[in-house]
Amino acid sequence: MSRNADNWLLRVTNLTKIYGEPNENTIALTGPEFNSNICPETESIVACADISFDLYPGEVLGIVGESGSGKSTVVKLLYFDMEKTGGAAWLKPYADGNIEMLSESNQKKRFIRNNLMGMVYQNPRDGLNFNFTSGGNIAEKLIMAGNYHVGEIRERASDLLTKTEVPVLRMDDRPANFSGGMQQRVQISKAIANNPPLLFLDEVTTGLDVSVQAKVLDLIRELQQDLGIAMIVVSHDLSVIRMLTDRTIVMKNGRIVESGLTDQILQDPQHEYSRLLVSSLL
Amino acid sequence: MVANIKYANKYNFAFIDEATKKEIRRKLLKAVAIPGYQVPYSSPEMPIARGWGTGGLHVTLAVIGRKDVFKIIDQGSDASVNACNLREFVQQMTNVQTTYDTAEATLIQTRHRITEEELTEDQIFVYQVPQPEPLRSVERYENRTRQMHGEADYAKMWVSLYESFVRDGDIMLGAGYPVKVNKRYIMAPSPIPKWDVPNLNQSKALHLFGAGREKRLYAVPPYTTVEPLEFEDVKFHTENFVGTECYKTGYKKAFLDELYFDDGSKHFIINDSNFLDKLEGKAEPKQHENKYINQLES
Repeated sequence: MSRNADNWLLRVTNLTKIYGEPNENTIALTGPEFNSNICPETESIVACADISFDLYPGEVLGIVGESGSGKSTVVKLLYFDMEKTGGAAWLKPYADGNIEMLSESNQKKRFIRNNLMGMVYQNPRDGLNFNFTSGGNIAEKLIMAGNYHVGEIRERASDLLTKTEVPVLRMDDRPANFSGGMQQRVQISKAIANNPPLLFLDEVTTGLDVSVQAKVLDLIRELQQDLGIAMIVVSHDLSVIRMLTDRTIVMKNGRIVESGLTDQILQDPQHEYSRLLVSSLL
Repeated sequence: MVANIKYANKYNFAFIDEATKKEIRRKLLKAVAIPGYQVPYSSPEMPIARGWGTGGLHVTLAVIGRKDVFKIIDQGSDASVNACNLREFVQQMTNVQTTYDTAEATLIQTRHRITEEELTEDQIFVYQVPQPEPLRSVERYENRTRQMHGEADYAKMWVSLYESFVRDGDIMLGAGYPVKVNKRYIMAPSPIPKWDVPNLNQSKALHLFGAGREKRLYAVPPYTTVEPLEFEDVKFHTENFVGTECYKTGYKKAFLDELYFDDGSKHFIINDSNFLDKLEGKAEPKQHENKYINQLES
């Protein structure tokens, strides 16, 4: 896919999230140079600041960094799980990229979430309703996008579960009775139910055992190749990043310290922290 | 000497003081203006405990006038304890004429039924509501349900209907089937049977709902669209009385109660006592019409 200035799918500029009450020095006094994201003057916490990047259709972008570096915050802001403090984001399929999406009303945000995005959380409990069956969880996403035909919903749900290798026989069971890997696959089915152009993956394999991890990663890679979904993959695990992503952003203390092609970053890390990260890879 | 009339009566007309009545009426106006929207209100103390019909009573006493003819039913019956006690209370506090006759009444308070006889433009129908929040079964927190209503975010409700269909092969909701009012708000029609739900649609009467314990009022104005929630392929349907009939009148097109006699035999009888009386008296009361009832043979 050709990349030029105009065919971006998601454009993010200066995305910022600060907890507490910052003053005008807060951003200048935090960040990797200070090795801290707590403002010494106001004690407000800068979860992320000045995050800018473009994502192109079908591209997989990795966000890597240690825990507390703000990488999950970025995707949660973009998926409207949190309110931004500052910055802006545009999504091409929404109003042809002309309307800043983070300032829209809750109703519009929900439309974007349900029709144009999918999210897979680290903990399946965040993405699934454990009181509903796995079919019901997928149905929720389809209903939110305006499908009120039970027959069609069930057909689509069974297609998705087949695609993600969950036995269709268990469609009417609750995910609470599933293994961790299976819960994660149900979550992926739900996230891609409406064929979104953009999918967020937040530490999806953390907490799964190695063989299941490999299967889930395989699944994600297959889906990406089959459906051409653009993805933002958040992980602290460089092998996940290496396996899935084309381009990577390295974050520390709420800032981007380095960005570039994944191979390049892994072969020849420029920033001190990236070097540390790569050298810690087993 | 100027006679002191202010304290001549022990109670104000219709028990509640005028300022509070005014407040309730104002909230009722808001409820009528936004069909299906739950309006918080004061829910003042009454001589009966909250949850025993105070919501309906507040509405009745706030809107009743000296010329009204009052009827009250409990589960379709004019003679059950709740109906008798509240009727006596309203009568004592207002001195209005009371009646059993649905057609004659101008103000009807009800618990859990709509009358079988069709309502007219001159009537106000008041419901006692135990749980005004239709989303309570899927969301525990009030602040969230309010937000869900505000943003018309009803996916959870729909999923619970889907789940019910998957589990049991049908939408297993009996009394209080959720409805969408004026294509906007999802509303709990109070625990009326599914049989009565279609009668709210485009009804000629004004329907007012009062939930005293939960302190909410809501309304369905005359000629408002009220649709039960249903999927494109899994449809709403009313209770099924196939093969049964009222043992007293032989009538089939009404909501029936199941009765067991001392000898163990099972019989069915029309639930609406006034409707039954009229049929037995060879009168021909005009019944509600809707697409579900029209399919049945009489």
